[in-house]
Amino acid sequence: MQRTPLYDRHLKLGARMIDFGGWEMPVQYTTVIDEHRATREAAGLFDTCHMGEIDVTGPGSYAFLQRVLSRDLAGMTDGRMRLSLLTDHRGGIIDDLTVYRLGDDRYRLVTNAVTKDKDLIWLRRVVQQEGFSGVEIMDVTDRTGKLDLQGPRSAEILQSLVADSLSGLKFYDFIETEILGLGAVVSRSGYTGEDGFEVYVPAEAVGKVWDKILEAGTPLGLKPAGLGARDTLRLEAGMMLYGNEMNESVTPFEVVYGWATDLKKDFIGSEALRKQKGQGIRRKLTGFELTGRGIARHGYAVFKNGRAIGEVTSGTFSPTLQKAIGMAFVPVEHSEPGTQVDIRIRDNRAEARVVPLPFYKRKIV
Amino acid sequence: MAKENPADRRYSREHEWAKDNGDGTITTGITDYAQEMLTDIVYVELPALGKKVRQGETIAVVESVKSVSDVYSPVSGEVIDVNGVLENKPELINQDAFGEGWIAKVRMDDPGELKNLLDAAAYTSFLQEIGH
Repeated sequence: MQRTPLYDRHLKLGARMIDFGGWEMPVQYTTVIDEHRATREAAGLFDTCHMGEIDVTGPGSYAFLQRVLSRDLAGMTDGRMRLSLLTDHRGGIIDDLTVYRLGDDRYRLVTNAVTKDKDLIWLRRVVQQEGFSGVEIMDVTDRTGKLDLQGPRSAEILQSLVADSLSGLKFYDFIETEILGLGAVVSRSGYTGEDGFEVYVPAEAVGKVWDKILEAGTPLGLKPAGLGARDTLRLEAGMMLYGNEMNESVTPFEVVYGWATDLKKDFIGSEALRKQKGQGIRRKLTGFELTGRGIARHGYAVFKNGRAIGEVTSGTFSPTLQKAIGMAFVPVEHSEPGTQVDIRIRDNRAEARVVPLPFYKRKIV
Repeated sequence: MAKENPADRRYSREHEWAKDNGDGTITTGITDYAQEMLTDIVYVELPALGKKVRQGETIAVVESVKSVSDVYSPVSGEVIDVNGVLENKPELINQDAFGEGWIAKVRMDDPGELKNLLDAAAYTSFLQEIGH
């Protein structure tokens, strides 16, 4: 099992560790609800060193990325990032990732932990098969430390450690700056539905940066937060998780990624996706809340009038809303908000209602 | 740290307790160790009154934010009462697993089955053996 440079710190903080895609990661330090609330009300600090970083550089990098990414990178300026998908020839989702434009021919892809190796193989194969030149693809995961600082007090906590001002950074902007005298990338982004930052520093310095952020933030209510809270936070915010909501048999239009699919350009999968868009999709990812008793979990069956029609992809008890929520694939004709469905929980069928995503939106101050 | 395991009841290796009420019934729940492992209990599925259970069979389900866990009946018998308060206050199990957080009462088919369970001292050493 792989460990991040913060492993010993997690143990010292009393974290419970779990296997997440081959990585030994903290699921919680205190309790999921405690860490979830801290992130919504003050701030949470997450070890995301397990996520993948792939640098794509060279004069051919733009043309190459336009070919493999679903999102149009035209007009993107240095210091901006975008969410994009890697799709295969059938339009199936290989990964959902973010792309950072560091310079004219310098990009960074930040991938899910479990998909990184697969992405690398795919990217290198496309370079080879389609004869791209002037593209260098480098896996920099091991030498890159990554922390997510999320929550309304994140900016004030992080600013004390960062050389440049963060106040001008808008959502999905980033800067190359210094933290503790070391080169760092800081983006205003994250996976919780709160204001916050993703912070990239050299792997050997990530421990020290983790300590300093905790030191600066603890008096303001910051807590270290594990994958448990990360999952409830993202689900409330209506964000999808690769492996739950997405895999290679799922297309962007079936989930909530139509907006990240620019069919005006040609990319691998665009032809299949245009066709699908023309014909219409059959199943759709929807949000639901349970009106009956119980908590729906990943894999539970969804019923309409006694007939199985779909499956829950993610489900949990929402600490913010204090009710059971989730996402499920259902046929398009049953995906309208307000639709009543049933979800099988062990021997019972619990009533649920289709609701729009997200479940939670932060107040913009 | 988990609370001390009270000496007035017996324990299963699956972390349930059974308190003999002296009238042919027992009260059951999960141990403080178990609630500590589960953390934030947010849902409890209680058995129906009159449900027949066998020793070691599922009698209830407790869920934390992340996990779903079966609770096994420490004895065979019939469910005669459930702690309905848990439907709205599942966190009572976290707060007081050995008291207010009880789950069900069972009329025993065979009080002799209680001998299959551990006493408090044996359960405490069992927890040490498994590393806690």
